[in-house]
Amino acid sequence: MAKPDHLHFFIDPNRCIGCQACVQACTECDTHRGESMIHLEYVERARSVQTVPVVCMHCEQPTCAEVCPADAIKRTGDGVVQSARKPRCIACGNCVVACPFGVPELYNDRQIMMKCDMCYDRTTAGRKPMCATVCPSQALFFGTREQIEQLRPLSVPVNRFQFGHQVISTRVFTMMPREVARRQPWLDVTAAMDERPPERAVMLRVLPSTPEATADVGDPYAEVLI
Amino acid sequence: MPRVARERLKAGVSGLLTSGALAILIVIGSRNLQHFDAALVGYTFATLFAVFGITYRYAMWLQRPPTHMYWWRGWQVFTNPRWIGRNLLEFLRRFCLEFALNRFIFRRGVERGLAHWSIMWGCILAAAITFPLVWGWIHFRTVPGQIDVYRTYVFGFPVHEFHIDSITAFIVFHGLVWASVLVIGGVMLAFRRRMVDYGAVSVQQFGQDMLPLILLFAISLTGLLLTASYTWMRGYAYDFLAILHAGAVIVTLLYLPFGKFFHIFQRPAQLGVSFYKEAGARSEQAHCARCQRPYASAAMVRDLITVERELGFSYDMETARRAAHYQEICPRCRRAMYGLAQGAAWRGHAGVAPDGGGGS
Repeated sequence: MAKPDHLHFFIDPNRCIGCQACVQACTECDTHRGESMIHLEYVERARSVQTVPVVCMHCEQPTCAEVCPADAIKRTGDGVVQSARKPRCIACGNCVVACPFGVPELYNDRQIMMKCDMCYDRTTAGRKPMCATVCPSQALFFGTREQIEQLRPLSVPVNRFQFGHQVISTRVFTMMPREVARRQPWLDVTAAMDERPPERAVMLRVLPSTPEATADVGDPYAEVLI
Repeated sequence: MPRVARERLKAGVSGLLTSGALAILIVIGSRNLQHFDAALVGYTFATLFAVFGITYRYAMWLQRPPTHMYWWRGWQVFTNPRWIGRNLLEFLRRFCLEFALNRFIFRRGVERGLAHWSIMWGCILAAAITFPLVWGWIHFRTVPGQIDVYRTYVFGFPVHEFHIDSITAFIVFHGLVWASVLVIGGVMLAFRRRMVDYGAVSVQQFGQDMLPLILLFAISLTGLLLTASYTWMRGYAYDFLAILHAGAVIVTLLYLPFGKFFHIFQRPAQLGVSFYKEAGARSEQAHCARCQRPYASAAMVRDLITVERELGFSYDMETARRAAHYQEICPRCRRAMYGLAQGAAWRGHAGVAPDGGGGS
């Protein structure tokens, strides 16, 4: 069986609230049971609570597969780049360092690379991947183009990404502002080299923790003035 | 000459040379075909074809830029005079743990490990018995004047004698039975996993995953039936079973270079790569151009950049201030940059708030 052609994966990192539901749900997928393949990355933990969910983008020409010396990474006919084939993977870690999105993970004890395979056991049966099933903010959405266009009228899905001089097309889409995408229908990832998350919109001030001050405040949340 | 044609030519010549070398060894080992069993000629030609096919595919595989790079790097690191003693000991340790005991497969799952271990040792045992017999490298003869004593000849040289009613004889003459029992047990376990494991079911393919198991099962079962026929059934249907068995073996030999069984020849590269990784861990580390944290060995990053350029990828970043190549950024920063780039697109789009407030 193959993933139905009319169903696509859309990611909108801006909507991620860092709840970790996707991380937990991912471990239930049968193709990598017990291991979470999604990366929920804090973009800069010291400055911001902003998170970004990163799943395999399923590149049209996967760099991970091209640089694999064992020829262990294969893309199925429906465009899904599968985890390394277990009999072949020699656990060199080339794919881990080569992937432009930083997706594959190496498990040295088992001598195998594993990565998100879009919950192949579920998507080939027409179901949503586990992460998209549980995502409360729809930062991870699996459905038709019509559905996403209806849900996000100000965004358009793009599937081209620039890394230096290299442009990579993917099966997974990222939501971009419609007007920006009209001028530049791709996401320049390397342009964010010096990008930092925006300063906090809400400033917190911690009160002096003197015994008198804490004695006055019964509610621990009152220690912080907003 | 175009690159692909050159690679194919090299692979073809390598294949011809190896199968030619085997043909010569068959003639020498069987003493000018004196001890060659003509009934096994089908097996012999199938093995010659398999050797050609395996060498051809191996040579093509070795010419892929990443394989070529890491194959040579593995040997360079392994034969480094400074580390050769330690490497040899380490090779022995890994050979026993990872190859002989399949430790890394048992870590993926006990049932999977048991299945692979049984199939692997069953096949090794069967190959070690069958191939030398088919090629006429080993044959048995009764000792003149002692009709109940067998003498084993290897490459025409006598090496061992045993009584036909001894335990040694029983074990040796039933070697393929033990191999079949191991293979059938392993195949059953593998089939069970492929029927009940949803993860395996969703990604398995008939040609890649089921056919090899069916072939191994067919060989083992028909082989066992041959023994049953001549031991308990007075040779009932022996000829038919022999043809069936030969057919199963020959199809498997012809399939060797193309399907899943090719991993038998690819897999030893795992040992070379482990030495490469160890040498990398001992040497200079690459620090991320963005967060300055170490993330891989500098040698690995350099080799990867070379391979990517050979493959036609252009991750060069001429405009970047710190990194000249995207590979100089760690995977963690790549993930963060993806999120930051998307966020920046929204911020750069002044006057329009991201969707989410009800999709207005």
